[in-house]
Amino acid sequence: MSTIAKTKTNKAVKPKKKKTAAYLAKQNKVAYFFAAPYFILFFVFTVLPVLVAVVLSFTYFNMLEWPTFVGIDNYINLIFNDDLFITAVKNTFVYAVCVGPVGYMLAFLVAWFINEITPKIRAIIILLFYAPAISGNAAFIWTLLFSSDSYGYLNGIFMYLGFIDEPITWLENTTYIMPVVIIVALWGSLGTSFLSFVAGLQGCDRSLYEAAAVDGIKNRWQELWYVTLPSMKPQLMFGAVLTISGALGVGASLAGNPSVEYAAYFISMHMGSYASERYEMGYACAIATMMFLIMIICNQLFRKILNKIGS
Amino acid sequence: MKQNDAVKNKHLKVKTKRLNRSKAGDVGIDIMLILLAAFMVLPMVYVIGNSFKSFDELFVFPPRFIPLNPTTANYLDLFTVLSTSWVPISRYLFNTVFVTVVGGIAHIFISSLAAYALCKFNFPGKNVMFQTVVLSLMFSATVTQIPSFLIIAKLGILDTPWSLILPAIQSSLGLYLMKQFMEQLIHDSLLEAARIDGAGEIRIFGQIVMPLVKPAWLTLMILTIQSLWNSTGAGYIFSEEIKMLPTALSQITATGIARAGVSAAITVIMMLVPILTFVFSQSQMIETMATSGMKD
Repeated sequence: MSTIAKTKTNKAVKPKKKKTAAYLAKQNKVAYFFAAPYFILFFVFTVLPVLVAVVLSFTYFNMLEWPTFVGIDNYINLIFNDDLFITAVKNTFVYAVCVGPVGYMLAFLVAWFINEITPKIRAIIILLFYAPAISGNAAFIWTLLFSSDSYGYLNGIFMYLGFIDEPITWLENTTYIMPVVIIVALWGSLGTSFLSFVAGLQGCDRSLYEAAAVDGIKNRWQELWYVTLPSMKPQLMFGAVLTISGALGVGASLAGNPSVEYAAYFISMHMGSYASERYEMGYACAIATMMFLIMIICNQLFRKILNKIGS
Repeated sequence: MKQNDAVKNKHLKVKTKRLNRSKAGDVGIDIMLILLAAFMVLPMVYVIGNSFKSFDELFVFPPRFIPLNPTTANYLDLFTVLSTSWVPISRYLFNTVFVTVVGGIAHIFISSLAAYALCKFNFPGKNVMFQTVVLSLMFSATVTQIPSFLIIAKLGILDTPWSLILPAIQSSLGLYLMKQFMEQLIHDSLLEAARIDGAGEIRIFGQIVMPLVKPAWLTLMILTIQSLWNSTGAGYIFSEEIKMLPTALSQITATGIARAGVSAAITVIMMLVPILTFVFSQSQMIETMATSGMKD
């Protein structure tokens, strides 16, 4: 790696650089064979979709005729003429702000709490917190709990305790849909990044804590901020990247689609509706491209914030 | 060496445990943890409870968490329904197991090969390749679904299991975790020694590298199970005889309130596989995750 970097910056040895790259390529021919199967698939199913989306976003394409170039019309319509898109963006933003940062901090806090308790029961506690993320069928469980008749568990309990007189239609009421969807998402959000945090905390160098105690760190909160968090930056970054994809990629929700007055209507649903109902692939791809841009911006933002930790 | 580390850590932990820890704080953390754990677990306890309730008990007011008269009727019902359906359930089960197992094994093998190439060989282009993979961690499948669909249709694998398997094989999370793990675990000296002994690259990979990264295999398998076991194949698979288990099960649930207990039983059964695999591989998974950090 370092050799390539060096030759790239050093323009004086240009003829040599080509030789070096070719030499390295020849020397490590076997590596290309090893990497090929994965990267062919990766190109076809990950890189190509992004490229296709960007290219098609400048066209009108209905899957039957050859795409026709329309310039930035799709984007103009999207931003200025599509009220539903704006609704979807607002909803996705609310959802992402709640599920992203809150879910991220929740994952870290739980991981930290787990690290503070006795190691004997850690494995069981980790399982309890991780299980919702892998059980998959979250939507079904929660429709039981939030069922809108008096047999729904929450309605039943609230009516029994006398908080409410008649059942609340949780998933058909515009005030409740979003909070319910967010709570359910948070419930299932302790996934891979949570495990990464748990592992990162276990791997923190113990001698750092001793040194910190000598240096005058007084309580566990100071220790968290000045010692633990800075030494966990790599895991925090990894978790942040996964959080972005989870929070902005919100697809189906238990409120169904379309939801009442589009109260739980997200960008990906808008994209889906243009693609599979109206066959306006160009327009759908413009939506996808916007989402790529938003994700990249969020990623940069996260990096900036994480660099402030411990200072 | 690893054992030594563990002993050392244990020894240090005993000393450091008392540092900067107040009793009140410990209790506070325990309480928070119990509350949060309750939030996580209660919905699952409720659905498990429901799956053992008789029909009358499902609709008592106020609803109960734990059934008074537990019954296995829902599970028995489920098997009756399934064995009399048009396409036998074993077919759906086979489809899902096939996709999960083939996808998982191919994912482990193909991404390990690539991960090994990326971390132990110095070839032009490898930085670009790895950076693209890292960038793609952010793009969830929901966002690329439209162009992915177009590509899958063009490849002619629509309505075949491959439309689920092939995209799962190239999961960038798996490659990323495997590469980070190998970087930490496989020392160049080991590979040098093998090369001096005359081992070929394929043999080194198969007999030295792969056995060493077993914990990461399990992690990749779990991640694949998570995505494929619950995959409905909606949008990609239309033929009845290659439909996935969750689709078939949701068809049963769709028949409404009379099957409320049965659908709870279905949920419990579907939950069991990913959770049990995690129970048995937790420590390996944590070991893999320890190297998951992302450096700038």
